[in-house]
Amino acid sequence: MPANRFNSFTTYGVGIGLRIPHYDHILSRKPTCDWFEIISENFMVDGGRPLQVLDQILERYKVVQHGVSMYFGSAEKLNREHLRRLKNLVRRTKTPWVSDHLCWGSVDGRYTHDLLPMPYTFEAARLTAQKIREVRDFLEVPVVVENVSSYAEYHVSEMTEWEFLNEVVERADCGILLDVNNIYVSSQNHSFDPAVYVNSIPPDRVAQIHIAGHSKYRKYILDTHDHPVIDSVWKLYDRAIQRTGHTATLLEWDDSIPSFDEVHSEALKANKYLASASLAAAV
Amino acid sequence: MKLLTLQRRVARAVMTPLSPSYHMRRVAPDGRPMSAVAGQIIKPNDRLTSFERLEIYNRQYWFRVLDAFSDDFPGLRAILGDRRFDALAKHYLVDCPSRSFTMRDLGSRLESWLRKHPSYAPGRLQLALDMVRLEWAEIETFDGASEPPVTAAALSGADPAKLRLHLQPYIRLLDLRYPVDDLLLAIKHDAPADVASNAMQERQKRKKVSAVARLDPTPVYLAIHRLENTVYFRRLEREEFAILSALQQGRTLERAIVAGFRSSSIPAQERASNVGAWFQNWASLGWFVAM
Repeated sequence: MPANRFNSFTTYGVGIGLRIPHYDHILSRKPTCDWFEIISENFMVDGGRPLQVLDQILERYKVVQHGVSMYFGSAEKLNREHLRRLKNLVRRTKTPWVSDHLCWGSVDGRYTHDLLPMPYTFEAARLTAQKIREVRDFLEVPVVVENVSSYAEYHVSEMTEWEFLNEVVERADCGILLDVNNIYVSSQNHSFDPAVYVNSIPPDRVAQIHIAGHSKYRKYILDTHDHPVIDSVWKLYDRAIQRTGHTATLLEWDDSIPSFDEVHSEALKANKYLASASLAAAV
Repeated sequence: MKLLTLQRRVARAVMTPLSPSYHMRRVAPDGRPMSAVAGQIIKPNDRLTSFERLEIYNRQYWFRVLDAFSDDFPGLRAILGDRRFDALAKHYLVDCPSRSFTMRDLGSRLESWLRKHPSYAPGRLQLALDMVRLEWAEIETFDGASEPPVTAAALSGADPAKLRLHLQPYIRLLDLRYPVDDLLLAIKHDAPADVASNAMQERQKRKKVSAVARLDPTPVYLAIHRLENTVYFRRLEREEFAILSALQQGRTLERAIVAGFRSSSIPAQERASNVGAWFQNWASLGWFVAM
């Protein structure tokens, strides 16, 4: 039963990111896993082993595409070659939705390969929403945008990050990939209450949730995806799930990657929160 | 400030090379203090200055692209040594920043850049160029397109004067001056498994590079290809290389074979049997496709 029009994926339970160190385990042991999230760019190639592995995964598992370089917020036009390759991949995976980040990362055709924070201005919201609409119309699948972790804020910003996110998704009429770890990281770096952020998000637009670990330094926190999820992030996740209902959830672990079983066990902790949310909805 | 203006300013700062100690430079490329550049765009907070906040992104950018570039060219690093390789990487990435959505393409302009900047490979330019060509070909072959191979039956009875055989799109043909294929395999084999063995393996690597560098340049012909999606380097005879290159350029089978034996020292009476064996081998590797 879909929770809302952007969250028609309640059959997607808890997934993990598909990462190279786990390929052998997954292909040989065929472990149970609700779904895998792939980094689209890793498979937007013409052939070879990446696509061979992907096809083997697709035979057995549900796969959702997550991008890292569409850069909806870059002031320049969309990269048509990127879009063409992404659409080919969408046809191959039959992904139910495509996600990428609410950020920018390229200018004048030069790529930083980073998820740079947006200036929270109305001009940026307008342009970003327009590009999200273009991507959705081209790909012909729902597009959802993810809030990023950030380490800097701009003088020119005219609103908070959550107000900006809401402005963009309303204008684009798109879904949200709510990354509760990113909210926590940014809240520590910019001194805001992460609960206010989570409570300000329109729950009817949340199509997916990300959870992850991070690294704490003396003066700031980095979104490194190389640790288990901390309790404060689980609390945010709990709150988010209470608001959104059962939502497709994914654990990101991208560095110092432990065994498949360890990553999967960490992800499955989300089931406790999902179950209580389902129970609350039933009551 | 308009969005495009802000993004240009931030990108310029983020992509400015780091200091020798891997921190953000104090002076921007335009001569202004970087603290002033950062202060105009980025808010400070109670723990970090504008400069320090911008520096996080500056360092992340360089660590990311340098790591990716280094992963792609271990052979070139072994030839140049760490210090020269790092200098080359920084200069190359300043001159040729990524213009692709994927970091897989970072090294696509390295060969042409190195030809224009020979001072980055003093005394070993040709060896370095050969290695760059091989390592880039390996990247392209790894995820290049493939087509269903043609069967021998499909070719039987075809007129060699009209038949055009196409090679798999992933195949790269290289004419080199040094046996960098053997060198690269040895370098990858020597990749340190742990820190303790690192120093000894680095010495072994340097020895191997020096041994190859001392060789007189002699032609090496190579096909970089895939078998069951694993990349292989296959040494070719000069004639094999010429025939395959001619086919790749779209020549007919007859013309390709003529081109292959131009200036060949293989006796005329042995050529037919050579050609038969080569084609059988290439076909068994699935190298020919119908286009």
